[in-house]
Amino acid sequence: MNIVAALFRRELKSYFATPVAYVFIVIFLVLMGTFTFYLGGFYERGQADLRPFFNFHPWLYLFLVPALSMRLWAEERKSGSIELLMTLPITPWQAVLGKYLAAWAFTGLALALTFPVWITVNYLGDPDNGAILTAYIGSLLMAGGFLAIGSCLSAFTRNQVIAFVISVVVCFGFLLSGFPLVLDMFSAWAPQALVDGIASLSFLTHFANISRGVIDFRDVVFFGLLIGAFLYANTIVLQWKQAD
Amino acid sequence: MTKTTLIKNAAAPAPGRRTEQIQMIEIDGLTKRYGRHTVVDGLSFSCGAGEVLGFLGPNGAGKSTTMKMLTGFVAPTAGSASVCGHDVQSDSLEARRRIGYLPEGAPSYAEMTPAAFLEFIADVRELGGALRKRRLDEVVERLHLGPVLQQSIDTLSKGFKRRVGLAQAILHDPEVLILDEPTDGLDPNQKHEVRELIRSMAEDKLIVISTHILEEVEAVCSRAIIIANGRILADDTPEHLAARSRYHNAVRVTLGEGADLDAARAAIGQLGSVSGTEADRKLRSITALAADGGQGAAAWRDVSDLAAAEGWAVAGLQLEAGRLDEVFRQITEGAAT
Repeated sequence: MNIVAALFRRELKSYFATPVAYVFIVIFLVLMGTFTFYLGGFYERGQADLRPFFNFHPWLYLFLVPALSMRLWAEERKSGSIELLMTLPITPWQAVLGKYLAAWAFTGLALALTFPVWITVNYLGDPDNGAILTAYIGSLLMAGGFLAIGSCLSAFTRNQVIAFVISVVVCFGFLLSGFPLVLDMFSAWAPQALVDGIASLSFLTHFANISRGVIDFRDVVFFGLLIGAFLYANTIVLQWKQAD
Repeated sequence: MTKTTLIKNAAAPAPGRRTEQIQMIEIDGLTKRYGRHTVVDGLSFSCGAGEVLGFLGPNGAGKSTTMKMLTGFVAPTAGSASVCGHDVQSDSLEARRRIGYLPEGAPSYAEMTPAAFLEFIADVRELGGALRKRRLDEVVERLHLGPVLQQSIDTLSKGFKRRVGLAQAILHDPEVLILDEPTDGLDPNQKHEVRELIRSMAEDKLIVISTHILEEVEAVCSRAIIIANGRILADDTPEHLAARSRYHNAVRVTLGEGADLDAARAAIGQLGSVSGTEADRKLRSITALAADGGQGAAAWRDVSDLAAAEGWAVAGLQLEAGRLDEVFRQITEGAAT
């Protein structure tokens, strides 16, 4: 556990050693604000909740999370530090977990910094703060899902641009897997069970429940399993392609 | 003359005193193929504490790949390797705990400072308490990192980057130190320092260095393995390797101003103990190659007697041990054809 903590600290500090952290947080907050107040019609709706705010999270994450995850492993490959890291006495799980948790904690920090929106809605009205907290947890879980996908894909390549593009495409697939855009590709030939299975992977569906303030055990398990599966795949990719 | 030691499959015990030592690295039939291309081809050898093993070979000979397999970074296609009795694949963590490794090019985290980087390595190596502080202070002092501790690594010169990599490798005082081209890109003073460092640590460790700088082998190594195309071509002490050179026991006479170089060369060439001569006009020297491998230093005696008898103005007289670069070329080029 100490080793995971050491890797976590190093990774998290590295965000703040470069402008990456500040650029990311500023862009994240500016976009969140713009989307919520202009596109989401926060004031016009006249309701004391954060629905317009949370509705945009999946779409913001779609681009911002891969921007964060693309460097996780691709950069280690590019700079050669992966050779240093993976010849230290650590297991692939420790390496993957340490880096992943750092990226997740960083997203959590960015998300926490959106607190003025919460203050605003509490100032203007009397919202259901329990539901808002639930939605925040759901948003963090979804960001974790995107990050796990991005981290795994980043381990395939030394090129961050490739890692970014592939991650966006795969995340987009997961986001919309409950919608005709994705399902139509399968419904023509695949058995119904598979189509239903794919439909059930939709981030939007699972997030929609949580963002309404309903914590369904199944949604939490979904994100938990998805994160676990992609991180497991990440360790496999890492061992398989370690030296390439 | 020593015969070329060609080691094929068995982990043959190395000659002489080494057999009594505990073997810290044992490699048996280690092979790496990328597709149809064989990079390392059935390498077998073992070595123990107190040795400084120089891994020599042309670029692309498989030196780095062998080191990557020893440190568990690259999985071998066939064969096995163990470090202090721990197999690098099945017992990888234990093996890696005993290794300090400087990868080729000394990669590190560019945005970190050497201080933070070494703290990180200490964390991962689980060094704690007083030992941690002592080791950190020691490596900083040994590698003279004091002035740059708080500067980010990407702003450091190549020499400092390399030293940060070395500091990282020796931080946990490992039993086995594997250094891939430790002096590559350093200036002569820095090279000298790194060699001093290697020598000073050699006593109770096994140090494996790869290099293509031959003077380095002569300066620090107690044993040299020459590989080309992934195979071991020679495995011997640098002195024995140099003795294979045609310059072994050759005598070099440097003549003073006014002496007749050509006449002297002709006279030396007549000697029975001399098999041939080479002249260097710029240095005003004549090298007399010894016949019969120079047994009993007959050439030395004859040439110095001749010089005294002829009354040459001799500015210098040297007995050569042999030229490693020539042996290296001979061995590796012979293998290529």
